[in-house]
Amino acid sequence: MEKTLRALTGNEAAAEAMRQINPDVVAAYPITPQTEIVQLYSGFVADGIVDTETVAVESEHSSMSATIGASAAGARAMTATSSQGLALMWEMLYIASGLRLPIVMPMVNRTLSAPLNIHCDHSDSMGARDSGWIQIYAEDSQEVYDSLIQAPRIAEHPEILLPTMVCLDGFILSHAMMGVELYPDEEVRDFVGIYEPEYALLNKAQPITMGAIDMFDYYFEHKRAHAEAMRTCKPRIQAVFDEFAERFGTQYGLIEPYRLDDAEHVVVVLGSTAGTVRVVVDELRERGEAVGMLKLRVFRPFPAEELIDTLAHVRGIAVLDRAEGMAGLGGPVYGEIRSALYDLDPRPVVTGYVYGLGGRDIRVEDIEAVFDELKGDVKAGRKDQRCRYIGVRE
Amino acid sequence: MPTVKELTARPTVFTGGHRACAGCGAAITFRMLMETPDVPVVAGIATGCMEVVSTIFPFTAWKCSYIHTAFENSAATMSGVESAYRSLTRRGRLNQEFRFVAMGGDGGTYDIGFQSLSGAMERGHRMLYVCYDNQAYMNTGIQRSSATPTWAHTTTSPAGEVIPGKREARKDLTAIMVAHEIPYAAQGTVSMWRDLVNKVEKALNTDGPTFINVLAPCPLGWGFPTQDTIAIGRDAVDTCFWPLYEVVNGEYKITYKPKEKKPVEEFLRQQTRYRHLSRKGGEPILKDIQESVDSKWHKLLKLAGEEGGE
Repeated sequence: MEKTLRALTGNEAAAEAMRQINPDVVAAYPITPQTEIVQLYSGFVADGIVDTETVAVESEHSSMSATIGASAAGARAMTATSSQGLALMWEMLYIASGLRLPIVMPMVNRTLSAPLNIHCDHSDSMGARDSGWIQIYAEDSQEVYDSLIQAPRIAEHPEILLPTMVCLDGFILSHAMMGVELYPDEEVRDFVGIYEPEYALLNKAQPITMGAIDMFDYYFEHKRAHAEAMRTCKPRIQAVFDEFAERFGTQYGLIEPYRLDDAEHVVVVLGSTAGTVRVVVDELRERGEAVGMLKLRVFRPFPAEELIDTLAHVRGIAVLDRAEGMAGLGGPVYGEIRSALYDLDPRPVVTGYVYGLGGRDIRVEDIEAVFDELKGDVKAGRKDQRCRYIGVRE
Repeated sequence: MPTVKELTARPTVFTGGHRACAGCGAAITFRMLMETPDVPVVAGIATGCMEVVSTIFPFTAWKCSYIHTAFENSAATMSGVESAYRSLTRRGRLNQEFRFVAMGGDGGTYDIGFQSLSGAMERGHRMLYVCYDNQAYMNTGIQRSSATPTWAHTTTSPAGEVIPGKREARKDLTAIMVAHEIPYAAQGTVSMWRDLVNKVEKALNTDGPTFINVLAPCPLGWGFPTQDTIAIGRDAVDTCFWPLYEVVNGEYKITYKPKEKKPVEEFLRQQTRYRHLSRKGGEPILKDIQESVDSKWHKLLKLAGEEGGE
């Protein structure tokens, strides 16, 4: 297969994937730092490069509503958002997943107001972590592109049928350029295929009612079925990753361990910061330190079993959260990792770090300091360590 | 325009067995709406009375495809359905004709759904939006909406010792829809079936966004006997409280002109939501309502280029 190397921003990589997928309907509203995706896609439509029906809606609430309508009608439907836009979609996120509609959405991570800030953190997508969507976090533009090609296959799998968001760090990925290998259009289209839903509104022979009201006699069962789809979809997601590897050559996983096999001290991270941690791990390894990294690529469904298998031998774990959980107990990823590992015996020390809020830089030295602190915690047997902040003036 | 005999012979799309109240004006509206189209329809409703009563899982009163998502977005949801229709048709994956009807009560249309309705109309989706206007949030227990007429009693604009009901003017949503320069906008009501069916048919045959505001008397919220729904609706139009008209490409046309315009009191006095006006001190308020009705009716006559405009 002939791959084309191009210098692309994360937003451009997302738009390229969408161009190749050429969905039936894209309904979207511009919001920083996602705006470029909408603009680029509108350009593709205006130039006749794609023949998608686009709906330039008047708000993100309507973009998700229209995407839901299109998906329910039987179309492959996509949108894109960020931050306040995701927050405005909030109620519709639950409806998209509750109706089991395989919508795909690039989600450019940006902090939530107030104070108003347009830069990166994960408070937007972390807030939506319990909305029943699959969440994939990309480390770089290549992964943005690859994940968006994988996403329709995951979302539309007849035994998954869950909307899927591909999260990319605002500005850090969305506006920074890197080399991305693009695959031929026809290869991508062949991999993604055509969406043929079992049920759709636009079927004269088999009209359906979607979005009925459930009383206490059915609601619970429907939610339970939704949760079951989330619980059991991990091997199916992995199967899509495996098929992608066969076709395009890059293997992805739900979690991605880095130099972890014999590691004693590990940093768990998601998104673009994984790149920084990787550099630090390499440096410390050169100094003979048994350190590693675990990149959490798929955060929903939460890969608890995979984490237990991978981290059981480790002595200390530092979890980096780019969102403040406002629980007085650190960030959301920290809470979930610590909970997943609770039954391990011996139980590793798990500490949490909140970092990078509102786009604050995370530097190599910061990660080195995390490893240092973690080693200290393990040595001292400190299991009551909860949460620290990186690089904040206090 | 079908005859009533032809209409009754058509297959029922909005079926009986739904759980609306006896005498529900909105249910009658839906029955008339759904028997009009001669092409398959996808119906969508905002959260509210009619969504709740017509689709209690595992039952549905809908024989056509139907979608409900949330309260404020039936127009936005239908925008997506209609866009999917155009896309799939253009791409040769669908070869069936459909029409699209989005609906909402006055809450989901005048108030919380106003933005999404405005957006859908502005974007020009080929859909008919029908507001079943019962003039308050009836589903949640008769709270005021911006469609509630001045001086009506609701649970959030109660007629009390000091304040005699809702103080603010009713929002003229039909006029706002006309201002969107859509090709067809109209007002109808359940008591005038021929007028309403005719309007629905025109709207569905218009290639573009269309809007019909249907006054749907609510026995519970307005406080009148359940058998009087149609009669109350007739009084609403005979007093010109709810004028019937249509606006085709900006041209106003009054579709029903009462032979003799009745005093608005004849409409009001049958309803407990105006009961406080028959008490002492109610006269100036009744006068205020009459003046407002007259002034709006004259404005409408003028817009339609009819005699009697001021």
